[in-house]
Amino acid sequence: MQTQSITQKLANPTWFMGFSGRVLPWLSAAAVLTIGYALWTGFNTPPDYQQGQSVKIMFLHVPAAWLAMMAYGLVAVSSFGLLVFRHPLADVSAKSAAPIGAMFTLLALVTGSLWGKPTWGTYWQWDARMTSVLILFFLYLGLIALRSSLEDETLASKLTAVLALVGVVILPVIKYSVEWWNTLHQPAGVLKGGVDKVFLEPLLISAIGFTVLFFALHMKAMRNEILRRRVKARQLKEVEQAARHERDAARIGARAS
Amino acid sequence: MNLFDFGPHTPFILGSYASGAVLLAALTGWLMWDGRRLAAQLAALEARRSSSSSS
Repeated sequence: MQTQSITQKLANPTWFMGFSGRVLPWLSAAAVLTIGYALWTGFNTPPDYQQGQSVKIMFLHVPAAWLAMMAYGLVAVSSFGLLVFRHPLADVSAKSAAPIGAMFTLLALVTGSLWGKPTWGTYWQWDARMTSVLILFFLYLGLIALRSSLEDETLASKLTAVLALVGVVILPVIKYSVEWWNTLHQPAGVLKGGVDKVFLEPLLISAIGFTVLFFALHMKAMRNEILRRRVKARQLKEVEQAARHERDAARIGARAS
Repeated sequence: MNLFDFGPHTPFILGSYASGAVLLAALTGWLMWDGRRLAAQLAALEARRSSSSSS
């Protein structure tokens, strides 16, 4: 019973607006404080024995790369929720997560490039990890472009959801690219003991902070999308009312003549 | 010692964090602006509806 009532609540945009309005300021404050603390401790870590001071880019690059993939996962799960369960907020969630995911992917690419120059001696290499993340970025742009190119919102949301589900294949490719191919990018080592404790602590705190920030941005974007749909619905109603008045006036005019 | 002096890596580190700050500020600013614009639009539509229904 309890689960059902939570599901029903989550499916209600009015309930979501009230809930998110209360939670959003706290979520934003928690994100700013956590990121601030993580970056302060991260900037005070000693240089790495191999990478020197450039290791400090990790506290931004790694969370951005994780969130780039997590955001796509959210887009895919929301798209599945729209196509299979027709959840009223699933499409709102998928549409809202795409530009935020694109931003984190771009951030991962930019910071990775700036980290690559002092570490590998190059800003860019067409290796499997970097190329697959670039494809993820273009996939996000494709989702945004496809949705905005179609006027029929229902059709746009369904086609975007299908593309999002097809594109989910990029996630394992990104994750395992460093194992399947011989890449310049180092293999994943953060959760396998490959990062020293002195760097691991600020990195994990930074990852938590940026994840909270992601959910705050996503919640705000969802609120905006609900408002956009309400505006559209009201405008449509006004147009329908004006058309009805015009028809009535024409009918009265015809009767009088 | 200057907190933001990282020797030869300074431009790469500061460039990374500056690009992060710019991208996040741009996204947050756009979301805030869009939210305010939509709320004002909705309020105007509701005011118009209530004035037309009362007249």
